[in-house]
Amino acid sequence: MKRYTIFVITENFIGILNRITIIFTRRGINIDALTASESSVNGVHRITIEVTTTEDMVIHLTKQIEKIVDVINAFYHEDESVVYQEIALYKIPVAKLDSELEQIIRQHHAKIIAAQPEFVVLELSGHKEQTQELLEILQGYGLLEFARSGRVAVARRMLTLENILT
Amino acid sequence: MKDSQMRGADIVVRSLIEENAELIFGYPGGAIMPVYDALYDYHEQIKHVLTRHEQGAIHAAQGYARVSGKVGVCLATSGPGATNLITGLADAQIDSTPLVCITGQVASHLLGTDAFQETDVVGISMPGTKWNIQVRRAEDIAPAISRAFYIAKSGRPGPVLVDITKDAQVSLGEWNYEKCTGFRSYKPQTPVSPSAIKEAAFLINTAERPYLLFGQGVVLGQAENELKAFLDKTGIPAASTLLGSGALSEDHPNYVGKLGMHGNYAPNMLTNQCDVLIAVGMRFDDRVTGDLSRYAKQAKIIHLELDPAEINKVVKCEVPVIGNAKISLDLLKEACSEQSHEDWIGRFRELESQEKEQVIQNDLLPSKAGLTMGEVIHNINDYKADDAILVTDVGQHQMIAWRYFNYKKTRTQVTSGGLGTMGFALPAALGAQLHDYSRQVICVVGDGGIQMTIQELGTIMQTKAPVKIVLLNNNFLGMVRQWQQMFFDKRYSFTELDNPDFIKIADAYGIKAKQVSERSQLKEGIEDMLIHDGPYFLEVVVEKEDNVFPMIATGSSVEEVRLS
Repeated sequence: MKRYTIFVITENFIGILNRITIIFTRRGINIDALTASESSVNGVHRITIEVTTTEDMVIHLTKQIEKIVDVINAFYHEDESVVYQEIALYKIPVAKLDSELEQIIRQHHAKIIAAQPEFVVLELSGHKEQTQELLEILQGYGLLEFARSGRVAVARRMLTLENILT
Repeated sequence: MKDSQMRGADIVVRSLIEENAELIFGYPGGAIMPVYDALYDYHEQIKHVLTRHEQGAIHAAQGYARVSGKVGVCLATSGPGATNLITGLADAQIDSTPLVCITGQVASHLLGTDAFQETDVVGISMPGTKWNIQVRRAEDIAPAISRAFYIAKSGRPGPVLVDITKDAQVSLGEWNYEKCTGFRSYKPQTPVSPSAIKEAAFLINTAERPYLLFGQGVVLGQAENELKAFLDKTGIPAASTLLGSGALSEDHPNYVGKLGMHGNYAPNMLTNQCDVLIAVGMRFDDRVTGDLSRYAKQAKIIHLELDPAEINKVVKCEVPVIGNAKISLDLLKEACSEQSHEDWIGRFRELESQEKEQVIQNDLLPSKAGLTMGEVIHNINDYKADDAILVTDVGQHQMIAWRYFNYKKTRTQVTSGGLGTMGFALPAALGAQLHDYSRQVICVVGDGGIQMTIQELGTIMQTKAPVKIVLLNNNFLGMVRQWQQMFFDKRYSFTELDNPDFIKIADAYGIKAKQVSERSQLKEGIEDMLIHDGPYFLEVVVEKEDNVFPMIATGSSVEEVRLS
């Protein structure tokens, strides 16, 4: 079992995400994380799926996704072959902000992106291991709320969306 | 063509006419009524058959599509009308049958409000369709239908569903029909790679015991002639899957029989003896392979397949040849040397005589009193036309009919293969028959399956479709009973049936019917049925507890095929 990122380039078609996810649910495979958004090309969407499975299975899944009529292209990479980032938001009570916490924020290169009378919101981008590490520390500081995105990723190989579309 | 504005419902019907849909099957209801209203005006250009249940409509469309090679079309209303199509969609999806299903939907302002007869049919049908779409504006109907037909029939065919809201049907839209010829995200065909052909040809030319398996891909790719030419030149023995039957005449000298759980002895046994296995348009279904860890491990496998997702899905191959079998078989024939494999084919014939002695003889010419399913099919062979179409349901009768029916022409085999849908045969036979009234359509069905869609006798009555229905009645759900006998200590849990008087039922529908229970009446019964002008119902009372052999039990290897 290994962690893979599946990249899906699709037409902006209602229901496409559903068609993709049933490929996983039908086989009892859990999606670790998923992000979907518009791409740099109008009308083309980009879906990034993180999954932990065997290579045989990820090949099979990718082929099944590629087979969907409105999917333009699907391919997968191992973690070493992708540049990826996740974003995490942490809500901390203002009362807990002291010099020690300030040090932690600095060390992790986190940013305060919003402040309210009762709490502040920290932001950290990075790999899951990094956002997780900060999460565990902040749990000792009365963490009020935490949210983490799925990964956004691009392949390390020389590849452009325009290549894929033509 | 350009025209003025038109009601959405008229656009639906005009679009179907543009796609040459001459015959459609359906059942009306609230949300599809505007389309039915439009059909009233176009009855000279498009014929509609009212079935007795939406499942009947979709199976009929499947039967029609399978024998004609055209896209089968059916219509249903929203909610229960649409959900009744689901079994047929799943069946068509797994057996790659091109269908366009049009369902009515509640008005768009009611979507998501649990309105009367509202169901999320796009959501429900998603896993069972190649593509589906909901249309909420009249001007979007024609592009959706044109794309639907293109997707259904191109590449690996499959079912497509177009869900149209009632307001889209009654509002006006521009009529401008453009046939879909392709779009960016969809690549139905891959060009055949010359290097793959070269590699495959090398393996075939140097093989001592090459063996070819063909499936429905040959029929769907219209590659029957190319298959025959390839076999003529290379002398390779060839066996058929369930849905491949008919793609090669069984009289062909290289034809060695049928694959799978209830296929023939030799083709299964020798799968584990060949050195090169050439799989053409088949997908290594588990009913064909048995235990995968002991399936053709000694062989180098060449897989000729249109759908790239099938490559290495179940069985890993040495050489994938992606593309249409019509093209790849032709290229492969050119690249292969002329050979003969008489000794190798001889080994198939040896095992074949063993099967004849131990199984076939008893099935076809039984010595016991009770009638066997096998002898019924054997007698049908004597009287049937060369191009007769055999439609079967699911179970023992299906396997026996497949084993013993003498397939000579392509597209003469209509059965539910992948899904194993009981209730398929009667409506599918109706659809096959309505494609061509002059063809002989023989519907072989069991007493379990026929009762799942028996209401379609009403459609046969109304259309006067001259379907020849052969009911093989053993008062059991025979295949399940066979498994209970073999694997569940004969605990016949809920498999015995108290059946109605089928002759009276047929009679009530005005269909000529006869019951045969003695061997002496069988030939005459079949002859009378086949010469009868019109639909005919022949009930044959067969032995209650006969079993289908050979058999590869679940979990067994192909070489553990049992003769008893």
